[in-house]
Amino acid sequence: MSDGTMDRVAKATPRRVARKIRGLSDRAIAWIFVAPTIFLLLAINIFPLIWTIQLSFTNYRANRIGREVKNIGFRNYERILTDSDIWLNMQATAHFLFWTIFFQVLIGFTLAYLINKNFRGSPFWTTVIVLPMMLSPAVVGNFWKFLYQPQIGLFNYIVSFFTGKDPSSFEMLGQVNLAPWSIVIVDTWMWTPFVMLICLAGLRSIPDYIYEAAEIDRASKLRQFFTITIPMVLPFLMLAVLFRGIENFKMFDLVVQLTGGGPGSTTELTSINLKREAFEKWRTGYASAYAIILFVTVFGLASIYVKALNKVKER
Amino acid sequence: MKTKRTAAIVAALTASVSLPSLAAAEDLTLCWAAWDPANALVELSKEFEAQSGHTMNFEFVPWPNFADRMLNELNSGGKLCDLLIGDSQWIGGGAENGHYVKLNDFFDAEGISMDDFAPATVYAYSTWPKGTPNYYALPAMGDANGWFYRADWFADPEIQAAYKEATGEDLREPQSQKELLQIAQFFQGREIDGKTVYGAAIFTERGSEGITMGVTSALYPWGFKYENTPGSYDMEGAVNSPEAVEALEFYKEFYETATPPGYTNSYMGESLDAFKSGQVAMAMNWFAFFPGLYADPATGGDKIDFFVNPPQNQAASTLGGQGISVVAYSDKQDAALEYIKWFAQPDVQAKWWELGGYSAHNSVLQDPGFVDSQPFAGDFLEAMDAVQDFWQEPAYAELLLAMQKRIHDYVVADQGTAQEALDKLIEDWTETFEDEGKL
Repeated sequence: MSDGTMDRVAKATPRRVARKIRGLSDRAIAWIFVAPTIFLLLAINIFPLIWTIQLSFTNYRANRIGREVKNIGFRNYERILTDSDIWLNMQATAHFLFWTIFFQVLIGFTLAYLINKNFRGSPFWTTVIVLPMMLSPAVVGNFWKFLYQPQIGLFNYIVSFFTGKDPSSFEMLGQVNLAPWSIVIVDTWMWTPFVMLICLAGLRSIPDYIYEAAEIDRASKLRQFFTITIPMVLPFLMLAVLFRGIENFKMFDLVVQLTGGGPGSTTELTSINLKREAFEKWRTGYASAYAIILFVTVFGLASIYVKALNKVKER
Repeated sequence: MKTKRTAAIVAALTASVSLPSLAAAEDLTLCWAAWDPANALVELSKEFEAQSGHTMNFEFVPWPNFADRMLNELNSGGKLCDLLIGDSQWIGGGAENGHYVKLNDFFDAEGISMDDFAPATVYAYSTWPKGTPNYYALPAMGDANGWFYRADWFADPEIQAAYKEATGEDLREPQSQKELLQIAQFFQGREIDGKTVYGAAIFTERGSEGITMGVTSALYPWGFKYENTPGSYDMEGAVNSPEAVEALEFYKEFYETATPPGYTNSYMGESLDAFKSGQVAMAMNWFAFFPGLYADPATGGDKIDFFVNPPQNQAASTLGGQGISVVAYSDKQDAALEYIKWFAQPDVQAKWWELGGYSAHNSVLQDPGFVDSQPFAGDFLEAMDAVQDFWQEPAYAELLLAMQKRIHDYVVADQGTAQEALDKLIEDWTETFEDEGKL
């Protein structure tokens, strides 16, 4: 701010206020500025978290207002952790998480590497590739449902074209062995562009002179790739994995649209199961304990991961 | 000039006379599911608007979201709905959680007698605790799960001959669940008019109530019971009886051998689509849709006919339908009660049936002309004589979701055996009733 502006602000400040502020330390003024944010943070994040923790030790149900709320200790946690169905949900989530990230990183990085070659029309292809990411998950879920339709779906016809199998002989969304892969395919289709963009940013941040020096040292292209490209893109890649990991751990909308958690409970990810417990069965205390377990899991894994990411950055 | 003055005086007098009623006029909101009968109710309610001066607004929610949306509304004490046509299973929660106004005093004061309505509907839609004279709703829409089929295919001599050759029996409306499956299997994958068709559309939906409503249409005819003794919550040997296991295995076989490909998550809409597109020979669905199906220009009229859910060890149909309740959080309860009073009148009930709604009023059902009034009217009466409903407990949503999971896991995802599915269901329900303090 220029001196002139400062003067104008000082003059515009009412005397009573100016007198009060004059007596405050820089630290106090800093607190005044930060206080509204801290208050909001406490109200929106910290208070609900503490309340959820408290509810997780009770038999509270949000749809039974007048009912006595009993403290039941760790009973909810015990029930959840010993429930084999919940472990199956965790397993389904882990499958989804692992394979979506694996394919998105693999394809995303490959696409970024190709786009980075700056061939003719690469900006156009970049735009085309990022289109799926811009669509609403509800829309994506619905049209992939049609694509997977065994009688009229394009996906089955494409598979049939290459394999010679009857298109209506398999059901991507209805068969236990195929449904988990069907949601992996759709999520990969939708979110690979996101990973690609982050990788592209990483690739474009590598200065050309490093490659030029490597050329002078007569390093092969393969060696350049493994000793320059990969290490320098790695922090970006790890960041993309972190974002996608957190996002997919709480995946809900896309899978609900596609399979609704079925067939049976094959694609019932933890977030879908949690929603059913909390807002369909109204077992609020139980669902709170469930949410806390998921929170601790994500928080713990993310903390370890961020530490690893920082180490990679420091290298 | 004189004429003008006279007109002004008349207008002023008219206004002064009608003002009190205008002052009492309310904007009422009636909440229900978005389906064919809801449109009929809008039409019917115009008469109420004209008579009472109240304005009717409607909040219709598609079936898959209806329970979620409305139960959230009730649980949060919302004032959106003054009147609610809620599902029969909600009556326990509606009464015990104080969402619905108890109607006994109102019925007594207005001379509305529950004896004027079909007993099965009063029991299912109005009373809580079950069977006691404590009324929280007026039976509004009788309904049950029934069947419809391609009458033109069934009447085709070539198809009849092929069926006779394949099974040694005549092709007719099925008289048992097993015959139903046999016919569905006969049509499965058959070429008709150059098109591959399939046996039947049944309910397999996972998210809300679909597969439970479908499978109970097999369980009840086999003799499935929720409890050994009503009110005891003693489920061992009832829920997982040999008959129940056999019925569940039957439903799985039906799903695997007689439904269209990709039919893994299907409910009312999918059943209607499959039939109207000429994909299936038969389909299960609620009677509420039958007027619309009969009127369909492509597959209705002579091409369609209807039958009640076939018996096996006994005659039984899955109950649908709803009662109309006054929401306890409404600020316009008097006007809402006025609507119920109007709706309970025999002539309004007759018009309700005429427009496509399913009246539960005895004056309509026992009318000598009722059976012939629609091609499905007789089947409806037969179905309503043997309806059974799901738990109507306050914890019904939890009980329903447990059944949805266990049945879908077994029937569609092919996990475990029928016996295991029903055993696990008892475990889930036992846990719920323990939490409820009922066990």
